Amino acid sequence: MANADCVVIQGSNMAECHPVAYQWVTEAKARGAKIIHIDPRFTRTSAVADKHVPIRVGSDIVLLGALIRHVLETGSYFEEYVRAYTNAATLVDESFQDTEELDGIFSGYDPETGTYDMTSWGYDSAAGDDHVEQSSEREGDEHGSSRKERSAGDEHGSGGPSLEHAEVERDDTMQHPRCVLQVLRRHYARYTPELVERTCGISADDFAYLANALTENSGRERTSCFAYAVGWTQHSLGAQYIRTAAILQLLLGNIGRPGGGIMALRGHASIQGSTDIPTLFNLLPGYLPMPWAGRHDDFDDYIASIASPRQKGYWVNADAYAVNLLKAWWGDAATEDNDWAFAYLPRIDGNHNTYATTMGMIDGTVEGYFLLGQNPAVGASHGRLQRAGMSNLKWLVVRDLNLIESATFWKDGPEIATGEMKTEDIGTEVFFLPPASHAEKSGTFTQTQRLLQWREAAVAPPGECQSDLDFFYKLGLRLRERLAQSTDPRDRPLLDLTWDYAVDEHGEIEADAVLQEINGRFLTGEKAGQMLPMYSSMKADGSTSGGCWIYCGVYADGVNQANRRKPDAEQNWVSAEWGWAWPDNRRILYNRASADLDGKPWSERKAYVWWDEEAGRWTGHDRPDFPLTTPPSYRPPKGTAGIEGLAGDDPFVMQADGKGWLYAPKGLLDGPMPTHYEPQESPVANPLYHQQRNPARFVYPRPDNPSAPSAGDPGSSVYPYVFTTYRLTEHHTAGGMSRWLPYLAELQPAFFCEVSPELAAERGLENGGWATIVSPRSAIEARVLVTERMRPLRIGEQTVHQIGLPYHWGQGGTGAVVTGDGANDLLGVTLDPNVAIQESKASTCDIRAGRRPTGPALRALVEDYLTRAGVTTTTGNVRRHVDAVPQASPTPEDDSGDSDGDGGRYDEGDAAAGSYPADPREDEDEA
Amino acid sequence: MSGTRRTFLDWPVLRQVRSGDLLGRGAAVTSARTRARQPRTTTADRVARSVCPYCAVGCGQKIFVKDEKIVQIEGDPDSPISRGRLCPKGSASTQLVTSPTRVTKVMYRAPHATEWTHLDLETATDMIADRILETRRRTWQDTDARGLRLNRTMGIAALGGAALDNEENYLIKKLFTGLGAVQIENQARI
Repeated sequence: MANADCVVIQGSNMAECHPVAYQWVTEAKARGAKIIHIDPRFTRTSAVADKHVPIRVGSDIVLLGALIRHVLETGSYFEEYVRAYTNAATLVDESFQDTEELDGIFSGYDPETGTYDMTSWGYDSAAGDDHVEQSSEREGDEHGSSRKERSAGDEHGSGGPSLEHAEVERDDTMQHPRCVLQVLRRHYARYTPELVERTCGISADDFAYLANALTENSGRERTSCFAYAVGWTQHSLGAQYIRTAAILQLLLGNIGRPGGGIMALRGHASIQGSTDIPTLFNLLPGYLPMPWAGRHDDFDDYIASIASPRQKGYWVNADAYAVNLLKAWWGDAATEDNDWAFAYLPRIDGNHNTYATTMGMIDGTVEGYFLLGQNPAVGASHGRLQRAGMSNLKWLVVRDLNLIESATFWKDGPEIATGEMKTEDIGTEVFFLPPASHAEKSGTFTQTQRLLQWREAAVAPPGECQSDLDFFYKLGLRLRERLAQSTDPRDRPLLDLTWDYAVDEHGEIEADAVLQEINGRFLTGEKAGQMLPMYSSMKADGSTSGGCWIYCGVYADGVNQANRRKPDAEQNWVSAEWGWAWPDNRRILYNRASADLDGKPWSERKAYVWWDEEAGRWTGHDRPDFPLTTPPSYRPPKGTAGIEGLAGDDPFVMQADGKGWLYAPKGLLDGPMPTHYEPQESPVANPLYHQQRNPARFVYPRPDNPSAPSAGDPGSSVYPYVFTTYRLTEHHTAGGMSRWLPYLAELQPAFFCEVSPELAAERGLENGGWATIVSPRSAIEARVLVTERMRPLRIGEQTVHQIGLPYHWGQGGTGAVVTGDGANDLLGVTLDPNVAIQESKASTCDIRAGRRPTGPALRALVEDYLTRAGVTTTTGNVRRHVDAVPQASPTPEDDSGDSDGDGGRYDEGDAAAGSYPADPREDEDEA
Repeated sequence: MSGTRRTFLDWPVLRQVRSGDLLGRGAAVTSARTRARQPRTTTADRVARSVCPYCAVGCGQKIFVKDEKIVQIEGDPDSPISRGRLCPKGSASTQLVTSPTRVTKVMYRAPHATEWTHLDLETATDMIADRILETRRRTWQDTDARGLRLNRTMGIAALGGAALDNEENYLIKKLFTGLGAVQIENQARI
């Protein structure tokens, strides 16, 4: 970021939430870069930016879409980059229909399931019928409904979705009405500065300032970067927020270059690692999908669903990545004859996300629950739902440093206080196990730029504290011991797991041994036992094993590369010898795009990697993210697949066609291009369509999960204000690591709400006094902070007031220095369709002066509001808006695939282009 | 005050001149007690190189240990990410790990009980293993209604914190997958 000429921070309060990283923004500013902060609140970030632009929460796609329109209409996109490195010139199939034609839905929508058949979104194919036929037999026919159910969007954490092949129709003049650039132009035609003004509350002058700052600071000589955090992800269309920024950055030529990119500012020490080596229901390590019942029944089906052998790039070796994982887990029990023990993997058949799990607790299907440093009673949306779930478990294991609210809800939770629950009635058996802290165990964290850093244990854990690693290792030993004599086939996967890790002198498992297994090793030949150097050495024949292909190389040469600590002062600005970044220690992904078509840097100022003609290889400041000896002029023979299929001008090497996607014919479940919808709860009507909300979002219409009526619906005036939640520097998420610390607790002792002077006047709120905030889920109280940092926005004829709520406090818990009401109790559960992240950044409420009632009167207040608003389970939960025309879009006549050989009509799987990754966790990083 | 005898040279003005601390804000006004003090970082027995456990920036930390106790945690100036800096949370890490509120014993709440009791770690781990196997047995699904293979239990779930490291996530996912539990989730979803 220090190399950027313009930094736009949107959906993040970086100076406050990532203060130490913000030094690089400050450095960029000191070098003359322009810093712009776009946020509903004026924050510590705004205070040190060149400009703060207030925005209405939930309207970011309008603003970004208008910037896309601006660069297209003024011709200020980076033409050479766009034509060669993106899919701008590719033609879209005739059957595609845009939201602009169908009142807010794309073609292929099914209102019954709220999902899309993506068939019509694809490209015109230049391939023959035989290809089409093959694709329909494979994964090309997977409907959006099952992709949505398994949160398939998550799988693009290290590259785009598969395509059958890369032979597409192009128009290099980019004038054809069906080429992506023109499709994009039509889609965003209505995203004008005027629309921005009356939807986001941003003036035409501020818009012009932003547009000029970005276009003036992009191109050959200059680069701009975006930074975002959960202000973008936590929406019912969060993945599309990031997509919009990706399209804009591709148009401006700001991807794969120093000072460019889209920085995902992640919020927890190893949250990136928790995605790469996931504890997520739908993923296996390295973004391999969990198999789906009936669709991935055998290994070949499974591999075919990940990547076609005829597409471009590194995903064609998915079979090797999967075999290596299965060998790492099941060792000798995984053989070619038994499909590498693929049948041992349990199958998913629904969206088993954490919120669905909570509802499963309430409904009685989930009996036992492990909380590992997590405090959902305070930190997850709809705290009341979380506590109701946990109180209905048979058993609960909590591993945490302190007695957090999720460990003590049965004795001092808010529902005990209101009389809705009685301790004696709660049958949950609770085990509280103290863990080792970060200082008492070794291991690697992966930080927000994909960088792995090893921690050395400083001391042994105190008392009965034990690392999570050792706990699960020992638990595994016990479980295997108990079942050792079992002949039941269901126990084979557990008994055949490789579980023979090296232990230290205290009998505790060595984290180093686990990291080695993750890296992988040669199993046969002269090198048997040695560490694999890189994922390209992984074989699909069982001769190598490795637990996470993208991390292969972290133990190259038998050295823990994550433990490299060459001081900053002793190496160049890329700092390649500090820690280790996946993949292959690359610090900027897709960095071949930092050079022009001939392989020369776009400018000396922005030189990063380039083609060395004499040496016949790519070189530069970083590890080139490209086949090292493939020259810029290389064009593969027609039909060449895999790594050899990458042309010299295909920088996006993890993409099925090597190009950055301005339009995604596949991969996103709610549309090939981002389009604006209002949040689940909004006081503003969608100015573009009758369709108010994302028609593909996940809704949970249950009596315990009510939504407020939105603009135009009866009862919407009962919850007239917008609220958004956020973090403070002095606290950490649900407070388990901060509210128990006197140092931090005294810096931010009490829960408060931020309101504008205008709202305070409207509602009689006094600075320092109390306010009660009421949503359809709960009512909470907070100290009032009246501040001009909050500004009412003029949206058309309306004034929209926004309330800011930091969410670090909770009621209950033992030993916390400070307690308070939890802001997340106000939130409901509505999820993004791609990745099942909840919408927690934009909801509606009422606010009134004074403290909230206590005891049974609290629920009575909430119920009174619900009655007055006329809320039912269908409120806000109808997917296709009742006034929208048409109700459903016509799907192509034959949507069963093209196996009948209808000659070129497009089928989803025979498309031919790559995707710029769609996942909110997907990012372009740089050191 | 130390027992050393004072001489006229200790007169404040003379001290200021003698020590070069003309404004009397530094060495001239330092008490003997302060002078005798040394930073905990210089008297530590050893220093471990670590990483901050709060947000995802990944600031380098140096953990100072004396007599097998953590006495201080500071930013690591060698880190190209943080260049020695820590934010308020990172700076409070010493208190995070040495806090008196930190629970270091296993606690157990029996069903319907109103209070905690103590269990030893071995017993608790045994009991948890029992609960897992019992729930797994009771909720096992070989196939779905259509006869498609599932090989799993929907009775056991986990929600991980994002302070779990890679090795831990790996082992957790591996063990639960071996057990057939699929509802294994993380803060990363949230």
